[in-house]
Amino acid sequence: MATYLEFIQQNEERDGVRFSWNVWPSSRLEATRMVVPLACLLTPLKERLDLPPVQYEPVLCSRPTCKAVLNPLCQVDYRAKLWACNFCFQRNQFPPAYAGISEVNQPAELMPQFSTIEYIVQRGPQTPLIFLYVIDTCLEEEDLQALKESLQMSLSLLPADALVGLITFGRMVQVHELSCEGISKSYVFRGTKDLTAKQIQDMLGLSKPAAPIQQGRPLQAPEQPVISSRFLQPVHTIDMNLTDLLGELQRDPWPVTQGKRPLRSTGVALSIAVGLLEGTFPNTGARIMLFTGGPPTQGPGMVVGDELKTPIRSWHDIEKDNARFMKKATKHYETLANRTAANGHCIDIYACALDQTGLLEMKCCANLTGGHMVMGDSFNTSLFKQTFQRVFNKGFNGEFRMAFGASLDVKTSRELKIAGAIGPCVSLNAKGPCVSENELGIGGTSQWKICSLDPSTTLAIYFEVVNQHNAPVPQGGRGAVQFVTQYQHSSTQKRIRVTTIARNWADAQSQLQHIEAAFDQEAAAVLMARLGVYRAESEEGPDVLRWLDRQLIRLCQKFGQYNKDDPNSFRLSESFSLYPQFMFHLRRSPFLQVFNNSPDESSYYRHHFARQDLTQSLIMIQPILYAYSFHGPPEPVLLDSSSILPDRILLMDTFFQIVIYLGETIAQWQKAGYQDMPEYENFKHLLQAPLDDAQEILQTRFPMPRYIHTEHGGSQARFLLSKVNPSQTHNNLYAWGQESGAPILTDDVSLQVFMDHLKKLAVSSAS
Amino acid sequence: PGFAPPPSSTGIGPSSYPPATGAPRPPTMPGPPLPGQTVAGPPASQPNHVSSPPPPSAMSGPHPAPPVSGLHGPPPPTHPPQPGYQMQQNGSFGQVRGPQPNYGGAYPGTPNYGSQPGPPPPPKRLDPDSIPSPIQVIEDDRSNRGSEPFVTGVRGQVPPLVTTNFLVRDQGNASPRYIRCTSYNIPCTSDMAKQSQVPLAAVIKPLATLPPEETLPYLVDHGESGPVRCNRCKAYMCPFMQFIEGGRRFQCCFCSCVTEVPPHYFQHLDHTGKRVDFYDRPELSLGSYEFLATVDYCKNNKFPSPPAFIFMIDVSYNAVKSGLVRLICEELKSLLDYLPREGNMEESAIRVGFVTYNKVLHFYNVKSSLAQPQMMVVSDVADMFVPLLDGFLVNVNESRTVIASLLDQIPEMFADTRETETVFAPVIQAGLEALKAAECAGKLFIFHTSLPIAEAPGKLKNRDDKKLINTDKEKTLFQPQTSFYNNLAKDCVAQGCCVDLFLFPNQYLDVATLGVVTHQTGGSIYKYAYFQLETDQDRFLNDLRRDVQKEVGFDAVMRVRTSTGIRATDFFGAFYMSNTTDVEMAGLDCDKTITVEFKHDDKLSEDSGALLQCALLYTSCAGQRRLRIHNLSLNCCTQLADLYRNCETDTLINYLAKYAYRGVLSSPVKTVRDALINQCAQILACYRKNCASPSSAGQLILPECMKLLPVYLNCVLKSDVLQPGLEVTTDDRAYIRQLVTSMDVAETNVFFYPRLLPLTKADVDSDSLPAAIRNSEERLSKGDIYLLENGLNIFVWVGVNVQQGLIQNLFGVSSFSQISNALSTLPVLENPFSKKVRSIIDMLQVQRSRYMKLIIVKQEDKLEMLFKHFLVEDKSLSGGASYVDFLCHMHKEIRQLLS
Repeated sequence: MATYLEFIQQNEERDGVRFSWNVWPSSRLEATRMVVPLACLLTPLKERLDLPPVQYEPVLCSRPTCKAVLNPLCQVDYRAKLWACNFCFQRNQFPPAYAGISEVNQPAELMPQFSTIEYIVQRGPQTPLIFLYVIDTCLEEEDLQALKESLQMSLSLLPADALVGLITFGRMVQVHELSCEGISKSYVFRGTKDLTAKQIQDMLGLSKPAAPIQQGRPLQAPEQPVISSRFLQPVHTIDMNLTDLLGELQRDPWPVTQGKRPLRSTGVALSIAVGLLEGTFPNTGARIMLFTGGPPTQGPGMVVGDELKTPIRSWHDIEKDNARFMKKATKHYETLANRTAANGHCIDIYACALDQTGLLEMKCCANLTGGHMVMGDSFNTSLFKQTFQRVFNKGFNGEFRMAFGASLDVKTSRELKIAGAIGPCVSLNAKGPCVSENELGIGGTSQWKICSLDPSTTLAIYFEVVNQHNAPVPQGGRGAVQFVTQYQHSSTQKRIRVTTIARNWADAQSQLQHIEAAFDQEAAAVLMARLGVYRAESEEGPDVLRWLDRQLIRLCQKFGQYNKDDPNSFRLSESFSLYPQFMFHLRRSPFLQVFNNSPDESSYYRHHFARQDLTQSLIMIQPILYAYSFHGPPEPVLLDSSSILPDRILLMDTFFQIVIYLGETIAQWQKAGYQDMPEYENFKHLLQAPLDDAQEILQTRFPMPRYIHTEHGGSQARFLLSKVNPSQTHNNLYAWGQESGAPILTDDVSLQVFMDHLKKLAVSSAS
Repeated sequence: PGFAPPPSSTGIGPSSYPPATGAPRPPTMPGPPLPGQTVAGPPASQPNHVSSPPPPSAMSGPHPAPPVSGLHGPPPPTHPPQPGYQMQQNGSFGQVRGPQPNYGGAYPGTPNYGSQPGPPPPPKRLDPDSIPSPIQVIEDDRSNRGSEPFVTGVRGQVPPLVTTNFLVRDQGNASPRYIRCTSYNIPCTSDMAKQSQVPLAAVIKPLATLPPEETLPYLVDHGESGPVRCNRCKAYMCPFMQFIEGGRRFQCCFCSCVTEVPPHYFQHLDHTGKRVDFYDRPELSLGSYEFLATVDYCKNNKFPSPPAFIFMIDVSYNAVKSGLVRLICEELKSLLDYLPREGNMEESAIRVGFVTYNKVLHFYNVKSSLAQPQMMVVSDVADMFVPLLDGFLVNVNESRTVIASLLDQIPEMFADTRETETVFAPVIQAGLEALKAAECAGKLFIFHTSLPIAEAPGKLKNRDDKKLINTDKEKTLFQPQTSFYNNLAKDCVAQGCCVDLFLFPNQYLDVATLGVVTHQTGGSIYKYAYFQLETDQDRFLNDLRRDVQKEVGFDAVMRVRTSTGIRATDFFGAFYMSNTTDVEMAGLDCDKTITVEFKHDDKLSEDSGALLQCALLYTSCAGQRRLRIHNLSLNCCTQLADLYRNCETDTLINYLAKYAYRGVLSSPVKTVRDALINQCAQILACYRKNCASPSSAGQLILPECMKLLPVYLNCVLKSDVLQPGLEVTTDDRAYIRQLVTSMDVAETNVFFYPRLLPLTKADVDSDSLPAAIRNSEERLSKGDIYLLENGLNIFVWVGVNVQQGLIQNLFGVSSFSQISNALSTLPVLENPFSKKVRSIIDMLQVQRSRYMKLIIVKQEDKLEMLFKHFLVEDKSLSGGASYVDFLCHMHKEIRQLLS
């Protein structure tokens, strides 16, 4: 079985693809009986240091409905200089440039190791990246100061030729003109009035070919588009100016009376930002970066009124249909998000406040455009500062880890159709022969637009096997999928990455064990989780849980080995062994449980879950727990209350939080100050070890996790206690004895109970 | 003065009408057949002998002792012996039955008539010297009453004329500088008033500037409970209140209600019934004084904040190109140090703000803590708002450097602008919103250049149409083209936002509409057509300086209370009224005048007379809430003769002009003119019938006080609003209409009958002005230089035969032909004549509330047409009658009424 693990790992490293099934059931009926759909997690821009891009255009299949890219799976007739498309079987002439082609002189795209290949192509003028800061000024002085410093710092991190723009908002929205000398100039908009894109452009003077102020100078050649507008200027020419401008930013001057929230026009500010870019730079890479310190309180997109006595909506209110602004606000932001996506721009939301800021309503802005969503308590925290800095991180090759305006085109063999995708994307509504009528996620298309992505952005793509049961296993025995991702590289180059993969077909009746063995339970857990979370956005929580449970039971029924009605006989093969546990933790995760989470937090968690790669997603589903003790080297331990021992230090990584938990004894030792005594230096080291490991995680993760250092009995220990499997609770405390582990005060079922129940249901002949 | 031409029955041919074309004489003087044509009477043969002894016929008038003098009692010694002017009927008056060919509608005469050098000595039928002369009346009053101070202690005293320099001593009645009445003796009954047709009106200038010799109204503080007032009619404590019951109560002089004297105000009475503290309390001994208002008198029961001035500058292409923007910015830099301040304060409490605009508005943050001003553009003109709170309105001293930097940069920023379209209503809205946000009253100074055609609320279209003149639709030219501005004005008044408008049009910009807000908020309009930096800069800057510096009150409400029996029924001026009694003005400056008309609603008694109390509640420039009270007591009469003896024609004309100018909004101009003539004819006919001693029906007998009524009325009728000259634009008419509505008596006097001074007769060694002469071309001599001023313009007319030496002295050129009529100022030359003329001009400029435009007119030059328009005793090109003709017409009307 190690071979399959290796195969999966190899494929992931090379192609950034992980399928739930690596051997495919050959008919529709069998595929549906597999319970877990045939699907994959695709990381389109997975960082590949060993993949130098080629500097020419890809060769396309000439059939207009296909246009698949020449790949190693194609059959090539070197003498006739012909190649056959492996998707539609069209025979194609090689272009003239390939005249010298032969068995020994192959272009890269035909070599098997280039199942993933990247082309650099020349398409249209290259426009610099655009960063439009949209800043809330209704902040506390301290917060605003910190934010200003972060922003000023960020100017030095931007690509030198990048264009920057600045919009500030509070009660009013100000669009700052950056090109002017001396007097600083801004256009001001009422925060309560919804303006159309046309109105915004008229009011900003963008409708005319050139701004009147610039007319005094000789006009540029008319066919050359104006590279900058008054509001978006190259960072290298105005960074001094902008630094000063940011430095002079004041808190929103309008008085806020006692018992009121400041009037915050987030909705209009975003609308103007979107309209501005729409009018000036459609279809070029641009980030709208929204920094907000509270909920929108007026105008379109308002989430809560300005009366402090009416609190912002909670899940309880939403269930009771008591959130009066939610629907309207959501609609406003959805419209904006869709417009932004249509323009190929993205919206980041950096929301830092102790209370909710309306992420629930605004989430689509980031979700549909591939923007970042960052939530923190204050702009004056390292969580925000570090996270924001990491937006501009560079990869190993010195390139920004961001790409823009991508379109993902998926092509399949005839036996497969595309059911949909889940990830930070929008549909491009490309209907075609390979589009399934059944939708999973964002379906009905074979193309999606991902306005912004980074090397870890991962989409879940769901397929449907359409081969009929009685049809033979398809010719060649392999099914193929091609992913074509066209995008704007951070260097502003246009690039196309093509990944072509193939998997064997197998007859589920005769070769079930092959299919079973090729099951990727990690990928499957994430893919199912994405479906569940996707459903949870629109359906009631309990329905989703029931659905997940049913799927799990069906899977166990299908692949478990058991005697009917004998739960004790139930066994799962190794390739399925972890899956139920993933599901157990998923059920308890904040992605599906809203209890104890605000709507904003739920939106935030779900946002990240829908875009991270497999490893990170798994951490989110089932946090990782390490134990540090004198008894041996640090080791991963079960995410179980039994792992909580007095003489251990635990390090838990939930993706969103890093928790260091000192066991009771360790905490007492620390209080006694042993770590400062030379003779107990080993204790000092022990204390230090998890800190170092935590630092390592903190360094690389985006967004920066919340770092929690706590100890036995500490109030923050709840972060750990709420995650571990409650194998010991106050209910069964005496049965288990007090020696091992810590009891959790919860009525939640433990994994043991869950598994027992699962077995019972799986083996039951009644279901 | 008396004039009785020999009876003639020979008036035959000359009345032929229409006159034969080409006939040398009749078309130019198509008046009624004239006695002069008989070439018989001695007056006709000596038309110009002003100093010649009165013609024998005058002496031989039927009543050598003038009819009116009997009613008047002994005439003042210097008065001419015959106060009544008698014009003997001649046959022609009776003969003509049809419309007077020389009066009324368009004058069919040849257009170049007026430019003919010197009227050919026509066979006179009426000696211009023998008809009442405004100059004579003014001179007489000056010499009679100019020397003594006018003491206001006596009820019903007629003050000296506005043209007379006199001092006022307040002894219980308001100075005539504050209030002037059409009559100081009011008929006791409404029947009498109706019979006489004399309008009862008061022209009130509540914040009038006083000469330095006179004291400003004292400020009285009645403490927390506020000014002492009558319980019923709420009249304020004044000298006419009667204290009774040993001073414990007082009886209201207006409504007779008895009110308890508040304990803190109690004072014992002396043996005459006067309070012991009579002389210590201005409100008991003076006609004018101020009360400090309490919080009850403030909006929202909150003491007001100091007001703000917002300067709003059009920066569209025209404004920038003409250099206007730079000029304004330069001027503001120094002008801001001269904002009005309360007498004893170190610096002005007024805050300032700046806006520029074209199609969009630019607000400026000039907070003192900023290194550079910040500009905030609001392009959402459909829904105006103020984009900033802090830093828009600032103290000049604190933000001095930021403001200076801003004013330096504004002309630079817009130097290359190509924007030609402007908005207007949003500009006012912006100012209004800013004041609202700052919770204060204030004034907007808007500098605007063009018709606001950009897409925005209050957008206007060019609807100027000369063809409408003399049609029933002419009134639409004076009406605003949209009601939008009326509503805006209402909002402005509610906030105390006064709008001053400086217009620099190069074409029609619809003053009638743009001026609505200005007018209703008590603001001023200044108009500089075809503004050119070189010629108009001085005038504009002087106006601007004066406008910014002058004393002004904000958020004002004025109410006029009267004795039971009469009631204020109608109001004229720049203000807004939300009910029938309260005159509301967002701003009221020292030049603004309100004319109030009274009507009887009951009887008055001769004993108690009639009292007026004008109370003005306003916020001073330092933000203090105050009440200014003016009291005036008038006599009442049961004899019409008493009424006619105590009238004031200048005030009457002020009222009539305002009444007529309002009339053009709703009636055709012709109707308005006819109504005016009719009313005056009735006034005079009533006099003739009831007060003049019996005399021949053919005699025109005028009351002494009203002997100038015909000439002045004719001037009103010929004015550009009621009978536009050829060159007068629709905007000019609307502008003048609005100006006149706020004018005081002195201004209307000189506006309608301009002052014409022979400069060459000036005594270079004294300070005095040369004696004025009458406004007629025949009074001009080719060898002299004249100055004519009407409050808006100064003309310097140079005759063709003026000595070269004078021309050299005045213009610095050697000959008449070298005089440039493009001059807007006289060159500064070091010779007595030049100095004298310039000092005269300076003196005149100081007297007027607006800086007058100086126009050099050379005789026989094209510009002379314009000049002649102001020679109001002559027939005007646009058809206005000459004084003589009008007097004849008036006489005819009166006779018709009498018969």
